[in-house]
Amino acid sequence: MTKTSMTVNGKAVSAETEGRTLLSAYLREGLGLTGTHIGCDTSQCGACVVHVDGKAVKSCSVFAQDVEGADVTTIEGMANADGSLGTIQQAFQDHHGLQCGFCTPGMVMSSAALLAENPTPTEAEVRHYLEGNICRCTGYHNIVKAVMAASGQAVPAE
Amino acid sequence: MHSFELVKPKTLADAVAALADGAQALSGGQTLLPTMKQRLADPGTLVSLTGIPELQGVCQGDAGIIIGGATPHAVVAREAAKYYPGLAALAGQIGDPAVRNRGTIGGSIANNDPSACYPAAVLGSGATIVTNTREIAADDYFLGMFETALEEGEIVTAVKFPVPQKAAYAKFVQPASRFALVGAFVAQFADGVRVAITGASNNGVFRWPEAEAALSASFTPEALKGLTLPADDMIADLHGSAEYRAHLCGVMTKRAVMAAG
Amino acid sequence: MPKDGGIGDSTKRREDIRFLTGKGRYTDDINLRGQAYAYFLRSEVANGRINGIDAKAALAMPGVLAVLTGADFAGMGGNPAGWLINSRNGEPMKEPKRPVLAHGKVRHVGDAYAVVIAETYQQARDAAAAVEADITELPAVVDMAQALADSTNLVHDEIGTNQCFDWGWIEDNRAAVEEAFKNAPHVTTLELTNNRLVPNAMEPRASLADYDAGTGDYKLYTTSQNPHLHRLLIAAFVMGMPENKLTVIAPDVGGGFGSKIYHYGEEAAVLHAAKVLNRPVKWVAERSESFLSDAHGRDHVTKIELATTKDGQFLALRSETMANVGAYLSNFSTATPTFLHGTLMAGPYKTPLVYVNVKTVFTNTAPVDAYRGAGRPEATFSIERIIDKCARELGLDQAEIRRKNLLTPDQFPYTTPVGLVYDTGNYQATLDKMTELADLAGFEARRAESAKRGKLRGLGLSTWIEACGIAPSNLVGVLGARVGLFDAATVRVNATGNISVMTGAHSHGQGHETVFAQIVAEQLGIPATSVEIVHGDTSKIPFGMGSYGSRSLAVAGSAMTKAVDKIIAKGKKIAAHMLEASEDDIEFKDGNFSVAGTDKAKSFGEIAFSAYVPHNYPLESLEPGLEETAFYDPGNFTYPAGAYACEVEVDPDTGKVEIAAFTCADDFGNVMNPMIVNGQVHGGVGQGIGQALLENTSYDENGQLLTGSFMDYAMPRADDVPFYKVDHSCNTPCTHNPLGVKGCGEAGAIGSPPAVVNAVIDALHRGGHTHVSHINMPVSPARVWAAINSK
Ligand SMILES: Cc1cc2nc3c(=O)[nH]c(=O)nc-3n(C[C@H](O)[C@H](O)[C@H](O)COP(=O)(O)OP(=O)(O)OC[C@H]3O[C@@H](n4cnc5c(N)ncnc54)[C@H](O)[C@@H]3O)c2cc1C
Ligand code: FES
Ligand code: FES
Repeated sequence: MTKTSMTVNGKAVSAETEGRTLLSAYLREGLGLTGTHIGCDTSQCGACVVHVDGKAVKSCSVFAQDVEGADVTTIEGMANADGSLGTIQQAFQDHHGLQCGFCTPGMVMSSAALLAENPTPTEAEVRHYLEGNICRCTGYHNIVKAVMAASGQAVPAE
Repeated sequence: MHSFELVKPKTLADAVAALADGAQALSGGQTLLPTMKQRLADPGTLVSLTGIPELQGVCQGDAGIIIGGATPHAVVAREAAKYYPGLAALAGQIGDPAVRNRGTIGGSIANNDPSACYPAAVLGSGATIVTNTREIAADDYFLGMFETALEEGEIVTAVKFPVPQKAAYAKFVQPASRFALVGAFVAQFADGVRVAITGASNNGVFRWPEAEAALSASFTPEALKGLTLPADDMIADLHGSAEYRAHLCGVMTKRAVMAAG
Repeated sequence: MPKDGGIGDSTKRREDIRFLTGKGRYTDDINLRGQAYAYFLRSEVANGRINGIDAKAALAMPGVLAVLTGADFAGMGGNPAGWLINSRNGEPMKEPKRPVLAHGKVRHVGDAYAVVIAETYQQARDAAAAVEADITELPAVVDMAQALADSTNLVHDEIGTNQCFDWGWIEDNRAAVEEAFKNAPHVTTLELTNNRLVPNAMEPRASLADYDAGTGDYKLYTTSQNPHLHRLLIAAFVMGMPENKLTVIAPDVGGGFGSKIYHYGEEAAVLHAAKVLNRPVKWVAERSESFLSDAHGRDHVTKIELATTKDGQFLALRSETMANVGAYLSNFSTATPTFLHGTLMAGPYKTPLVYVNVKTVFTNTAPVDAYRGAGRPEATFSIERIIDKCARELGLDQAEIRRKNLLTPDQFPYTTPVGLVYDTGNYQATLDKMTELADLAGFEARRAESAKRGKLRGLGLSTWIEACGIAPSNLVGVLGARVGLFDAATVRVNATGNISVMTGAHSHGQGHETVFAQIVAEQLGIPATSVEIVHGDTSKIPFGMGSYGSRSLAVAGSAMTKAVDKIIAKGKKIAAHMLEASEDDIEFKDGNFSVAGTDKAKSFGEIAFSAYVPHNYPLESLEPGLEETAFYDPGNFTYPAGAYACEVEVDPDTGKVEIAAFTCADDFGNVMNPMIVNGQVHGGVGQGIGQALLENTSYDENGQLLTGSFMDYAMPRADDVPFYKVDHSCNTPCTHNPLGVKGCGEAGAIGSPPAVVNAVIDALHRGGHTHVSHINMPVSPARVWAAINSK
């Protein structure tokens, strides 16, 4: 066990790790940030997406020690400073972009990465960008709507 | 996952030294981590290549572009676009955005998954694989499914791509994994056309000489008319028969030519 | 206009706030002091004899606390099937024991036979590799037809056959149906499979068990759609303890779709381990384990026949189905292919004669049970595919053949030839609505445009019906259910006027916390924010059968409104006392109790407060407190129905199918929150498209699962589906529950698969590939290409 430090949601943190400690485990077990979810063991579902140095990564597929010192943002760091929902989070609520909520943290983090890269994506671009995030509940309709709405674009009424 | 020690050298020399004792390289981890979760790999020591500046980046060289061995797909997709759009577009089609932010060219071609995308670009461009000890021509590098010319402990430090006049990659995705069920990379150089196919063959990525000859004569989709590949050595699985894959090789090559314009 | 936050309002979901900020609390997010971790050893062979398990080396490894095997649980009871089905010859179904952990034999790849408990999960996994299991592999029974034909190779030796039962519905109709087929002017026949699916709720199954050595009480946090059902199964059937010694808590649950209805061995195993070790034990499935051990869905092989007149009037329908139950009977596995399938084979049509035969088959594969829609998607797929084929054979338009045979509004209540009574509906209305929304008139122009791009465009329809609101206890009892399927709610009005509603339904994505509060708020004329919905904890909730079968609102919601009615009645008593009036003169409206014809009134809050400060109550006639419980058992199923249209584009060079448009016009009865109802339909349609185009569960002949991860099992992704058009304006309220609701959770998954496949076949026909009459799901690119080139 060694101590591994990084910045998570703006705070300097550290926790004990082994070589095999995944970033996801570091966040969930080491720091108690259980908003980051684990939905698969083949790096495909995206429930675990967080930002590492501003980029979306699957935290289940990165070793904590390999990103020592990094600046990490998780779903817990996405609300506004006053605690109210951030723009993307609010759009997910407004457009019913979540049901069971399990894929949601990853969806929000991936959507945030998309909008940072491409502030007004087309419907097709949103769908394509979310290729690595699986949702079993929503049929994606309202997720795509929420992301487009968060970017200030018109969305279908239903 | 088996227990191991992770080391993160800052220079190539230190990485080479660390790998000397039977340790395994870790680049983006987008192949290695899922494998380790299944306990199919037990490396003892992992040597991370992600903290070594000399393995990073895309730059222009004398005879094309040079991509550092630990450069993530997303960086290639972004930064190679101005030099070699066909290659950048291929990198932008690998996996999903989060995978592209971690996965690297060196890891991809060291792994040489028969359904991976990069091998098609590397072979289709006639690139050169640079390692810590030598340079290997693409034609001598890919030796079959998951097999390459790399020796134990040898690191891919860079890949040098000559830049063709036109090139494009057409990928038909396997519906579950989104890897290539069949992917075709075509590149037109002044001295001829190269065609490399991934996803299809039991022997991994391969060149299609008949298509190359036909396209060298006329770089049009019509030139491929009537050309077929035998199904004998094609992969047959749940996602498609050997015949289907052989058929797709033709369709995807044609679409790559059309995309290359 | 619905009231803000009231019935019919698209109120935003309150639960979203916690889910969107990472504050949801799923089972794996809960940690108890001193908890140990479990890792299950699972069979690598489909069929094998366990000769011995040597755990010595594993026990010596760091952190290892215990290794338990099947032998440690041999004294416990079996995990039962909830429905007793009799064969046509009157014999009861075969019911082999399903033990907590495999003992003596392993029966499918993934069958758990031992569990290692250690201080950390990694230590448990490390030690598992050191457990030496001596298992002799036996030949596997995988193919259903072969399983029925071969009586020498058995999944369960003790029952002497691989057939669980051979069921006829309705057996007395069989002769008449056969006669009708003999004399029919036209008969259409189709053999099809309903592909096996892995539910893949995004949250894998998980359990955290706790034992209190002082009181002997167990507590289980688990991923359940129905904590009371879990408590009943674990306490009464498996572990043999009084129910009051076990609390089951289903906290936030990340989707279920049926797979989390059932009790699984891991749950009892960690409970027992918690007692043995006297410390909490946690287990969380890895996705690979979910693929191997969650109950799968569907897996029918069916021959269906439709007898008609030359102009397409349905005369009779019959089907023969082999349904896979896998290696063990899961809790609903015997009901799904029978009473949730056979009873629906009349569809929304006037077909006068129907007969259904179902043989259920044991195989060395994971258990198969109800998955979103459960039986009804299988029925709908068979019916809607055969109608499509029939229309093509007779040269009839797909909408016309349906319209001609749909029941008409004047026929309700309608007794079907397969034993159900449809209370109400208007199937023409939804068909018309869909025709308009999907712009069927403009299809030809769209087809021509697709053709210009080299794509074959096709149109597929499906007019479906389901029976849901799974309850009427008397009815399901007649049909073999071993439990009642009513539901319950307690409404507790606190002294300060806010309300806790304890409901027996469980929300794992459906938004009950919001919708149920809307209903109570509307009934009581108070703001929805004053109402809190409590679910998922057997220690807080009187009783409940949970959420599945689109039953939450129709059954548990009705119980809740009944309890609120009782609150209002009690409130009137209190008001009468406070206002010194007769109880009969008290009116309740908009949150106020008033004396009719006067301006004397008390607000709901005043009544509530008084109930808890009963200083001058006439205690012989008025009890203090304001809390009521109601149990509700409906008189019938509910019958949602709808009409779906799918347009696809097929790429003839690759066989790839793209969904170009999908339109749903549904009748769910009254709608409480349109936003949530739309979301349910979207999700169901997404899963239906997944079944139709992508999802394939494949075992090889040795019983190895070939599609054991997302690498090979294709889940629908955002770019596999379009924006859907959904509508539920054509509603005929349910006639027998207080809210007039029918249920919407499964609709999308029921109606969509045949619409997709019909569209693909239509595209191929229009494209000149008229030799293709059917393609089995998933209609993958490879299959479409092979079908096109099969001439
Ligand atoms: C969800 C998902 C989808 C994907 N989709 C695609 C796809 O569509 N197409 C595609 O091509 N790939 C796909 N991949 C694979 C991805 O591109 C990987 O990033 C890549 O194959 C491996 O690169 P890596 O840097 O992650 O390597 P790692 O996983 O770190 O390593 C892979 C192997 O290469 C060795 N290695 C790594 N770097 C070097 C080096 N510089 N020199 C020598 N040996 C080295 C390692 O020891 C290991 O054996 C996908 C992966 C995931 C998780
Ligand atoms: S948990 Fe990370 S991709 Fe599934
Ligand atoms: S909301 Fe349940 S998986 Fe997406």
